[in-house]
Amino acid sequence: MTDVKRTPLYDLHVELGGKMVDFAGWEMPVQYPAGIMAEHNQCREKAALFDVSHMGQVILRGDAVGEKLETLCPQAYATLKEGKARYGFFTNVNGGIMDDLIVSNAGDQYFVVVNAALRHQDIPHMRDNLDGVEVIEIFDRALVAVQGPAAENVVGALCIAARDLKFMETTVAEINGVECRISRLGYTGEDGYEISIPEDKAIEITRAFLAHEDCEPAGLGARDSLRLEAGLCLYGNDIDQTTSPIEASLGWAIQKRRKEEGGFPGAARIQRELAEGPARKLVGIKPAGRAPARQGVEIQSANGASIGQITSGGFGPTVGGPVAMGYVSAGHAEPGETVNLIIRGKPQPAEIVALPFVKQNYKR
Amino acid sequence: MATYYSEEHEWIDVDGDTATLGITKHAAEQLGDVVFVEQQEVGDEFEKDDEIGVIESVKAASELYAPVDGEITEVNEALADNPGALNDDPEGEAWIYKIKITDASQLEDLMDEAGYKAFIG
Repeated sequence: MTDVKRTPLYDLHVELGGKMVDFAGWEMPVQYPAGIMAEHNQCREKAALFDVSHMGQVILRGDAVGEKLETLCPQAYATLKEGKARYGFFTNVNGGIMDDLIVSNAGDQYFVVVNAALRHQDIPHMRDNLDGVEVIEIFDRALVAVQGPAAENVVGALCIAARDLKFMETTVAEINGVECRISRLGYTGEDGYEISIPEDKAIEITRAFLAHEDCEPAGLGARDSLRLEAGLCLYGNDIDQTTSPIEASLGWAIQKRRKEEGGFPGAARIQRELAEGPARKLVGIKPAGRAPARQGVEIQSANGASIGQITSGGFGPTVGGPVAMGYVSAGHAEPGETVNLIIRGKPQPAEIVALPFVKQNYKR
Repeated sequence: MATYYSEEHEWIDVDGDTATLGITKHAAEQLGDVVFVEQQEVGDEFEKDDEIGVIESVKAASELYAPVDGEITEVNEALADNPGALNDDPEGEAWIYKIKITDASQLEDLMDEAGYKAFIG
């Protein structure tokens, strides 16, 4: 067994009664005493705070970093303006997704956040392929997400600059006299921020956020149900090395110039699927009954043919019932199509629906 | 009337050859928010350790195993509309089945309250 790592907020999680589990090699809170449902609702109604320090924070320094990133990602990072963040992914030569990430243009450098489980893949990938770029993995900063309609008030109370940011904007500002990177984005479908904090001040600043009456801690359980309702992909479930961004309905994340010009790994498949349509598609699935349909559940057409599989599924507290995402063959991907989910051997009716399940509430 | 507990965290309240069964408070706490209960039907017969239902929480699905041989005589229908009752009152209002016990000697393999308390630590 490898050593399980702890984030700078570990002691605070324990103090707050967090139920700690191993997640991607990190000891993380899956929930606090309030429970997943209450934490989920807290985020939709007020503000919830998540420790996401297990994710990989990386600084890229050098000349033409944006142009060089375009050789690994199908995003238009060369034209990403200073102070802006953009969702993207590394693709492989077959057009599959190696990982998804957020890239921010921080002026004199780029700031990249990648998935915890793929740090060991992504860092060497960038070091090997970004010629003349210094790739610095950050080990001494926490990453804290404050999400929900009250997030602006919670973070803004300690940092006026946070109020002026719009969705997908980033800046450096002081919180309690400590320089932090503040980005207005997240993984819940709500307005909110991710804040990179020096590790020795992480607990102090997190406590300051939690001192706000509208802010409560939330764990990985709520994070998962929130992102699922928001229709956001989870790497390893909904996207992986075999799924193309077009199959995953992530075409919106590839800018027009890149779609036309190509020049990224797997461009041949991605451009072909853009032109001809993919063979399968990631869709929203709403079970008609109350039984949750979880990852791995088979999807059948109305006449009993196997057409795909659930990749993420569970109970959506805001929806008030089960919600799921999965891949279905292209002929069955239109919203309104009735399908059957094979749950414990029995077919349960469900409907293909448009994503997200819950309206995204970003401050644009 | 006597109450027994299984290692699968069920309680069974026995009165003659009939009994009421459900999951323990400890089980409900471990499961977290319950969102769905799949129950079998009245008249279904089962043997000890058979799967006789599924309880789904926001986190995961957990099977319900029969603590003894028997037959279902009544199903708590209220759980279909209000699965959250299993968090609020798992050892009372949120019972899952009433059953007829076919082999009362199997009760001897179960724990009493003190034994169960020691079992969960």
